[in-house]
Amino acid sequence: MNNKKSSAVTSFNKWGYIFLIPFAVVFIIFQLVPLVSTIYNSLFENYMSGLKHVGPNFVGLANFAKLFTGGDFLKYFKNTMIMWVLGFVPQILVSLLLGAWFTDPSLRLKGQRFFKTVIYLPNLIMASAFAMLFFTLFADSGPVNSILVGLGIFKTPFKFMSNVWSVRGLVALMNFLMWFGNTTILLMAGMMGIDSSLFEAAEVDGATSTQIFFTITLPLLRPILIYVMITSLIGGLQMFDVPQILTNGTGDPVRTSMTLIMYLNKHLYSKNYGMAGALSVILLIITGILSMIIFKATAQKEVK
Amino acid sequence: MDTNKSTGGMHIGLRRAISYIVLILLSFLCLFWFYVLFINATRSNGELGRGFTAIPSTHLMQNLHNVLHGTLPMMTGMRNSLVISALTAAFCTYFSVMTAYAIQAYNFTGKNAIFTFILMIMMIPTQVTALGFVQLMNKMGLNNSFIPLIVPAIASPVTFFYMKQYMESNLPMSLLEAARIDGAGEFYIFNGIVLPLMVPAIAVQAIFSFVSSWNNYFTPSLILHKDKLKTLPILIAQLRAADWLKFDMGQVYAAIAFSIFPVIIVYLILSKYIVGGVSAGAVKG
Repeated sequence: MNNKKSSAVTSFNKWGYIFLIPFAVVFIIFQLVPLVSTIYNSLFENYMSGLKHVGPNFVGLANFAKLFTGGDFLKYFKNTMIMWVLGFVPQILVSLLLGAWFTDPSLRLKGQRFFKTVIYLPNLIMASAFAMLFFTLFADSGPVNSILVGLGIFKTPFKFMSNVWSVRGLVALMNFLMWFGNTTILLMAGMMGIDSSLFEAAEVDGATSTQIFFTITLPLLRPILIYVMITSLIGGLQMFDVPQILTNGTGDPVRTSMTLIMYLNKHLYSKNYGMAGALSVILLIITGILSMIIFKATAQKEVK
Repeated sequence: MDTNKSTGGMHIGLRRAISYIVLILLSFLCLFWFYVLFINATRSNGELGRGFTAIPSTHLMQNLHNVLHGTLPMMTGMRNSLVISALTAAFCTYFSVMTAYAIQAYNFTGKNAIFTFILMIMMIPTQVTALGFVQLMNKMGLNNSFIPLIVPAIASPVTFFYMKQYMESNLPMSLLEAARIDGAGEFYIFNGIVLPLMVPAIAVQAIFSFVSSWNNYFTPSLILHKDKLKTLPILIAQLRAADWLKFDMGQVYAAIAFSIFPVIIVYLILSKYIVGGVSAGAVKG
């Protein structure tokens, strides 16, 4: 062992710690401290009653009990999930289809770059401006109604903003448009990673492209499908900008499009810190469980 | 390789035709809204009241002028958004490369534990810590400041992960050793050798962090309350909250166009790198 060399190695290895300092300091101040204080807040009664400030008084898990028995939490959770499913199901189906087409060598689609550029475009659009755009386009006197009435599909303008399912449908449509291009590109990368000799062997054996898709592509894509689904679910739980702007924060009609984060945002604005804390903790736990599933799924991939 | 081979029950030509039709329909579905936005931004309030037409009118400049001189401070909003997003992108990429470099190039105790830890915190949504974050910023006197929107980007686990993956295949350790033998300091090696080698990855991630900061509505709306500090998404929300029927609709469309089209134009110029960046992240992630 060369002592001099090993001490030189350790002396420059200390730079590893030095280069980690900015990340560590910023993480502790801006994420860890807020996280701990959010959890701490969830255990205290702390809200504004009119102009009077109540609390903070330690109440244990009372905020959580109130959250679940009040009924609103479950209602908003249901809304969030409904709008996520409505957007995610078409998203994953369309993305699988497009991914299969783009990577199918026998199809040789032209203009792939153009199509990929176009379908990815909505992902980069400011969600709040996109929602504002939909609000004006689907307004009672907006251009969509003008087209629909002009074509004779409706006799009178359809009130998109006053119907439960049209508001949820619009939110889902926007989420679909914003995310299917991204999902397509992710799935394509997964599909191109599959050993092409498998496809060739199947083709030699006379399998149709539908059979190949269901017996080879889909099973081998499982880890990446799980990844896409769980990350989308985590993103879905954070759904905020689109329904917030579309409904001006009300979640109308009768709060059927109110999401969990809109509820959190409301508590933050009304300085209802106890409930906001409890809601955050529950979201954190759900996200944590979902992330563990991703870790498991991707770890399996490495074992293979 | 032969064109006439029919795969499966359907002739290849038919399958190709179906693919093109579906792709064109989806492209239409993606672009239609922005086309209508563009048309309507060029029309006056009176013309808009008369229903939709597919042909642009001549009032674009008038509408833009009204937006920029209207009640909403759109011009300062644009400037604030630009400043915050540009600085966020710079902080996020520079320090993510630095963090990735620390993990990639050095051996120290606890390195693997730190790496696993960073991956674990990757999924924590910012909304979950928002309560504590806002309270802390108030206590630190950083309410109505850009700092809480820019500085946290230094700790971006997702960007860090991308940089780390990129380094594994694109950063030759021998080059660093050679520089070290020549007597270069560690900071010099990082800034003078590592950063230039990372430029392609930095470019991709700078675009993504710029765009996500540009589009961010949740956190800025909790931090920025003074009119002259507000960013575009907050102003869009205010536009929505205003009694919009009284508005000049041409102005409303122009305001939306004003916040959407700059991103679309930049995207069309850089799309090759952006779409490539998404799939590169996917292959490695």
